[in-house]
Parts: sequence; C-alpha cells; structure tokens
Amino acid sequence: MREISFAKALDEAVAEEMRRDAKVITMGTDFTGDPIKEFGPDRVRFTPISESVMTGMGLGAAASGYRPIINWRSVTFCFVAMDQIINQASKVRYMFGGQADFPVTYRCGTGSGMGMAAQHSQSPHSLWMHIAGLKIILPSTPADAKGLLKSAIRDNNPVVSFECSRLNPITGPVPDGDHLVPLGVAEVKRAGTDVTVVALGYYVREALAVAEAFALEGISIEVVDPRTLVPLDVDTIHASVRKTGRLVVVDEAPPMCSAAAEIAALIAEDPASFRALKGPVQRVCAAAVPVPYSPPLEQASLPRRGDIVAAIRRVLAAG
Amino acid sequence: MTLEAPKLLTMLRDMIMIREFEELAMKLRAAGKIYGVVHPCSGQEAVAVGVCACLTNSDRITSTHRGHGHCIAKGADIRRMMAELFGRVDGYCKGKGGSMHIADFAIGMLGANGVVGAGLPMAAGAALAAQLDGKGDVAVCFFGDGAVTEGEFHEALNISAVWKLPIVFVCENNLYASNNAIAVQHHITAVAPHAAGYGMPGVAVDGNDVLAVHQAASTAVARARAGQGPSLIECNTYRWYFHSMHDKPPPETRPADEVALWKSRDPIPRLSNDLMARGLLSPAALQQMRAQVERELQAAVTFADNSPFPGVADLLTDMYAPDAART
Repeated sequence: MREISFAKALDEAVAEEMRRDAKVITMGTDFTGDPIKEFGPDRVRFTPISESVMTGMGLGAAASGYRPIINWRSVTFCFVAMDQIINQASKVRYMFGGQADFPVTYRCGTGSGMGMAAQHSQSPHSLWMHIAGLKIILPSTPADAKGLLKSAIRDNNPVVSFECSRLNPITGPVPDGDHLVPLGVAEVKRAGTDVTVVALGYYVREALAVAEAFALEGISIEVVDPRTLVPLDVDTIHASVRKTGRLVVVDEAPPMCSAAAEIAALIAEDPASFRALKGPVQRVCAAAVPVPYSPPLEQASLPRRGDIVAAIRRVLAAG
Repeated sequence: MTLEAPKLLTMLRDMIMIREFEELAMKLRAAGKIYGVVHPCSGQEAVAVGVCACLTNSDRITSTHRGHGHCIAKGADIRRMMAELFGRVDGYCKGKGGSMHIADFAIGMLGANGVVGAGLPMAAGAALAAQLDGKGDVAVCFFGDGAVTEGEFHEALNISAVWKLPIVFVCENNLYASNNAIAVQHHITAVAPHAAGYGMPGVAVDGNDVLAVHQAASTAVARARAGQGPSLIECNTYRWYFHSMHDKPPPETRPADEVALWKSRDPIPRLSNDLMARGLLSPAALQQMRAQVERELQAAVTFADNSPFPGVADLLTDMYAPDAART
C-alpha cells in the first residue's frame, strides 16, 4: 500500500472528489499545490479574507446545487464567521423543515504543539459538537483523513473537518482507489482487554505508543478512535468499555464541556457500561489556559504521554 | 421599461395582499393564533413587489426577519405561509420555523432570517451558483439599513464585486434599525454611496414608488444577467408599525408627524390611483381585487386552522439529510 502524508491524503480527497463531481467547488484564502491548474479558476476560488461571507456563501451555493468545500485554513479564523456557522449552517435544514439540503464541507487546521501561541493552537471541536446540526470529523491517520474527507464532501449536510496540524507531515498507508471511510463509524485502532483508551485526533498515535509500552508489561490496552464526533459511534465505545471495565479519554482540548466530558458522560449514563466499570473514568486533556507560546509552557499545557500512562495506571489501580 | 397592464395589476394585487396579510397576522398574533414574534412590513410593500416583478423562479432571493412581503412577492403560497405562522405541519417549514424563517426553495426563496445581515453571504453563494450555472439567473438580497452596519454587508459587496457575481443588493432603508433611528447608528445615513467603495452601481430610489423600484431593479437585474456584476439599490421607505410585536403592539416611539408623513406616501393608492388615471383600473375592479385578496386570506386561515400541529415524533426529523450522495 502507498505511504503518503496526512496533508497529501487530504489534498487527494479534494482532488478526487472534484474530478468525480463537477458540482464540487472549493473556496479559501490559499491552497496547497496548484488546484487551479487542473480544475480552473471557476471551481477553485481564492477568496478575500472574509470568513463570514465565505462561510455563508458555502450554504447559499449548496442550496443552489453545488458542493462547496470551504477552507478556513486555521480553525482560528472560523470564529469571525460564527453567525454563519451557528445561526445558519447548523440550523437551516431543520428550521426550514427539511426543504433543502446543504452539502457543504468546512475544513480547518486545528490543534497545538506547533509554537503558534494561543489563537492559532485551538481544538474547539466540542464547541461544534454542542451545536446541534453539524457533522464533525476528526481523523488521526492519512487513510482516515482521505476517506472521511471524501465522505464529508459527498454528505448532504454541513460537515466540519478538523484536521490536526501536527499530523500533516505524518505518513501512513492509504488504500488505492476510491477509498471512503463512512461518517459515524469508530475504529478500534488496537484491540485489547484491560483498559479502553478513547483517543481523539493527534492523540490516537500517542495512545498507540503508550499501549505498545504497556504490552511489554503484559497489560492489554484497547485504543478506540471515534474518527467522527458527530454522529458519534457510541456503540463501539460502549462495547469496548463493557469489555475492559476501564476507560481513559484523551483529548487535546481543555476538559470542561469537552468531547472527553461527553464520552465520560455517555459511559456513566449507560447501565451496562457503568456496571462494567471497575473504577472511575479518567480524562487526559489540555490545561484550561490559552495555549502559551514558549516551548516548555506549550508542552506543559498539552496532554503528554506520561499523563496518559499515569491515567491508565490510576484506572488499573482502582480495580 | 414599460409594463403591460396585467403585470401592473398583478403588482397592485401583490402589494394589497402583503398589506392585508400583515394586518391579519397582527390580529392573529394578538388573538394568540400565532406564537412568538411578528415583524410586519406594512408600508414597505413596493420594494418586495417592484424587485420580485423582475425575477423568475430560477432566480433566488434571501430575506430578513421582516420577510412576509418578500415571500408573497416571490410567489409563495399564502396558505402554507399562514400554516407556518400557526405552527402547523402544512406550513412551509412544517411548523419548525415560524414567521422569521419562512422559505420556499422551490420558487427560489432561500429563507427569511432572524439575524440582521445574515442573508447577504447566502445570497452571494446563490449568485456564485448562478454564475457557475451560466444560465443568466441572478440572486437578490433584501436587507434593511441595519444590515449596513454589519460586517457581512461589506464582505458580501466586496466579494461580489471582485467576482462580478450576478447579484442585486436591495436595501430597504426604513430609517430605523430595530428601534434606533438611522442617524444614531450611521455616520453617513445614505446607503447607496457605499456601492462606490466597491466599484458597483449604487442608486437610491423612492421605495414607496413601485414603478421606480421596478425600473431600478430591472436595470440591475439585466446587468447581472448579462454578466456585468453586482449592483446596490437603496429603496427609501418606512414601516408603518413597530419593529416587532408579541401579544400586543408595543407603544409607538417614533415622531407622530414622521409616521403620518410616511403613511401619506402609501405605495398602494399611489399605484392604484396611477392605474385609474391611465384607465387601466376602475374603482369596481379595485374593490373586486380587494375582495378576492380577502377571500384568499380567509381561505389561508381556514387552511392553517385545519392543519394539525406537528406530533412530538416530528421533533427529531429534518435534522440531517438522510443519505449521502452516492451518484
């Protein structure tokens, strides 16, 4: 199988979908490569730095027969388009009684660890989870990035694609051909029996590395990657926790009202999962601060491998 | 542009329908048949009608919280509008939207909107689609003077000018944004001059003169259809009533002489008197037209009243499109 980078996998997803469907268009303030060369200036639109209009135009064009891909580039910039995301994109289908579909994909680079300081180091995926009406993907590997983004572009709803910037150079195998990963289906990235680690985005690879180390001690860690946050594949998470009886959730966002909080709550609410728990659920999240710039501080603000290890040891010690 | 008699009579009828629809909506809101909030556009009928008379169903519009007139002028079914106000399943949004969110995508009405300025980006997106389709369709965005102080207005005008989008920006300048006079909020109270900053034509017209509105809109729509880009039209008008009402009309805060002056500029007799002077309308025919509007509105109320409320099972429907495209 080919090994390509996360960033290239995302570019391939867009290019393949643009080749496949003439109604797919893309808009952003910049693009990697030279997509105009293949697809022309009508379908590849360099926009002014006007995130609000760009975001709303995605909806207007989607309601008018197109499949726009709106590239916010950094998630930072989508905050100036909040009206169009929260008041419009998430609500237009439902509040208009399902009269029209809005097949638009919003892409953004997210996450910390790149020395980009507070505004450009955000992981606000739970913010969007909270707003009913959006679908949300958060891939952790090149193959998932390509397959999920292709599915997002084909989906008839607004989908927000969170693309961890730290993963861009990471390479991995990607199947040839029309590789699709369905939205709403988690993947058990490593099967195990003693502890379930639900990891998000960049932290899937960290969790896998930790699981590898624990295996040397004879402790079997199961790593679950939800891949899609809305709709969330709750069944796969429940099944894993019912099997292992221990749960650690690793999320790059601060813990309050986070995806990690939601996953912990879903386990607490489910009688079978709750009964299976041998100890309290542990969350490994970022510090609740704007991400600082200086490398030692930035590293300290993020979940570290040692934090994941310590959380796993705590759930093991509890029962 | 010279309009034929049937078209002029249709425009008159549409203005009367909008006026009477709003009068009825206010009564029904006070009576508790309608919930939430109603923003009547009484007095502003000429803008919606004058502009929409230039459009076809494949042209798309976006509207505002004060959107009943735009819906009617674009050709929406008043029975389904009324059912929506009543919160019933036969409403345009199956009772999920209400007064502020009536839409009819089948006729190119992409929705009223509860957020000032929010329709401008969506209209620009519809204009982008029309440009890519290359069939000569256009998008029209209705908004009030209040939207001019929103960033989305400036973003939408700029990108539309840069990309020469087939769009017409129609500002209903009714001198008040919510309850605040325009002079309190804008340093330059005229809207049309903003067009110059974006290199597009900008004209101000008497928004209570439906023929003047129609003429300006015809020029702008023709320009958009010909691929020559966007235009801005400022229609100077006035709403007869409050910004919004819940169960009873709020007290009038605007100067009485100002309200009286604008009511004397009522766009409906202005057109009907003109048509009578030209021999295109008789008092009896006008009476007949009004009676017909009244009958249709009563039928709409009956339709709405007979439509059931949504069931609780409908709460979770329409959230997501059921299937991804797999073609």
